[in-house]
Amino acid sequence: MEKVLILLGTKKGAFILEGDKQRRSWALKGPFCNTWPIQHVAADPATGTIYAAGGNAWFGPAIWKSTDLGETWTHSSAGLSYPEGETPIAAAWSLAQGRDALYAGVEPAGLFKSTDEGETWKHVSGLRDHPSREHWQPGGGGLILHVIVQHPDDPKKLWVGISSAGVFHSADGGETWEPRNSGTRADFNPEDQRYPEFGQCVHSLALAPGGGERLYQQNHCGMYRSDDGGRAWTSIEAGLPSTFGFPAAAHPRDPDTLFLLPLNGDIKGRYMPDAKAAVWRTRDGGSTWTALRNGLPQQDAYFGVLRQAMATDRLEPAGVYFGTGGGALFASADEGESWSCLAQHLPAISSVETLVVES
Amino acid sequence: MTAQDRVGGGATAGATVSVVLPRALLDLFPGSEREVVVPAGTLAEVIAALDQRWPGMRDRLVDSTPRIRRHINVFVDGRRVALDTELSAGAKIYVLTAISGG
Repeated sequence: MEKVLILLGTKKGAFILEGDKQRRSWALKGPFCNTWPIQHVAADPATGTIYAAGGNAWFGPAIWKSTDLGETWTHSSAGLSYPEGETPIAAAWSLAQGRDALYAGVEPAGLFKSTDEGETWKHVSGLRDHPSREHWQPGGGGLILHVIVQHPDDPKKLWVGISSAGVFHSADGGETWEPRNSGTRADFNPEDQRYPEFGQCVHSLALAPGGGERLYQQNHCGMYRSDDGGRAWTSIEAGLPSTFGFPAAAHPRDPDTLFLLPLNGDIKGRYMPDAKAAVWRTRDGGSTWTALRNGLPQQDAYFGVLRQAMATDRLEPAGVYFGTGGGALFASADEGESWSCLAQHLPAISSVETLVVES
Repeated sequence: MTAQDRVGGGATAGATVSVVLPRALLDLFPGSEREVVVPAGTLAEVIAALDQRWPGMRDRLVDSTPRIRRHINVFVDGRRVALDTELSAGAKIYVLTAISGG
């Protein structure tokens, strides 16, 4: 019998919501990770090992690990550092279980990998060797590497998102990198510099399933799709209530389905548009959009949802989950058609991921 | 504070010092103790001894600069000390989590 775990990173520790396969009955466990601020909790679906990336103001960055579905945790930051004299790492921000290694993104922006399940870390230095690095500018959340994507069929192909340096791609396992931002806007730049090679404020990246190189991107300035691994991006924001939002979540099986959570705008409070909550879904690669509101608050919804705080599960039909800055967790077991609130009083939610395991 | 300063009482080569660790740090290292005695002549050696006993503890107290983390305070005889501060035999070292980090 399968069970579903919703993995939550929050401002005050990691939490796990554990539910049955029908996704009707849920129980909350936590807080874990000694109530450290946790930016991302993610699992290795093959082993069930859960990792949590964070940073504590006293004790610095670390990656936490649990091999028993959250019952016990250890932490390590062995090797998770830049050379002496460089600005020290403040926190680990993102995780991705690749085929060849576990990857972690940190602040200030850089990429690390572990080939011993998070016990020790090695700097993927090629990214910070890129000549654009001296021009990378921090976004509102800092100069953070907040998303890592590996191609499932070719572990040498990596994409990362850095705010606000943009999307970078490596085809050689991280040795060399190139910016992949063509077609994405930087509306905050002077009018004649709105399509730079890098410097865009990417908010999230999602690789569509199916084995291709289709990527979706939620940017500070628009929503985009690329069918060629990010060489060229096309706007898919027509039909959405704004061009601003943070998370993007791909469907587990359908490359044409994507879930977004547009907010009202970057200078308007970053709330739900008209204070009415909705997840927006496309079934055709971003050509048309449907607002999914059934069960979500339709008045006074003055919350935001952060970049890593929406996810799908791999069940049929797919579950969709998002967590708010106010500590509420909403879930749908039917691909967004209907929603329920699973928790209301958690710390500010930084990230949401899922893990389906045999109970 | 310079490397020439020596704090904590009279100087004795190869002597031991005692260290009092903060609760939040102990929680991260199962089996660690609130007060420990280690052989050390500088604060850097104290932290190396702690790391040998509880692997990973140095990373929690020292950043990659390297220096004591910004929101960790280490006091000896009421004075804030740095990694290169020389310590006297029998010195009592207090490692504290700063209120600013909470």
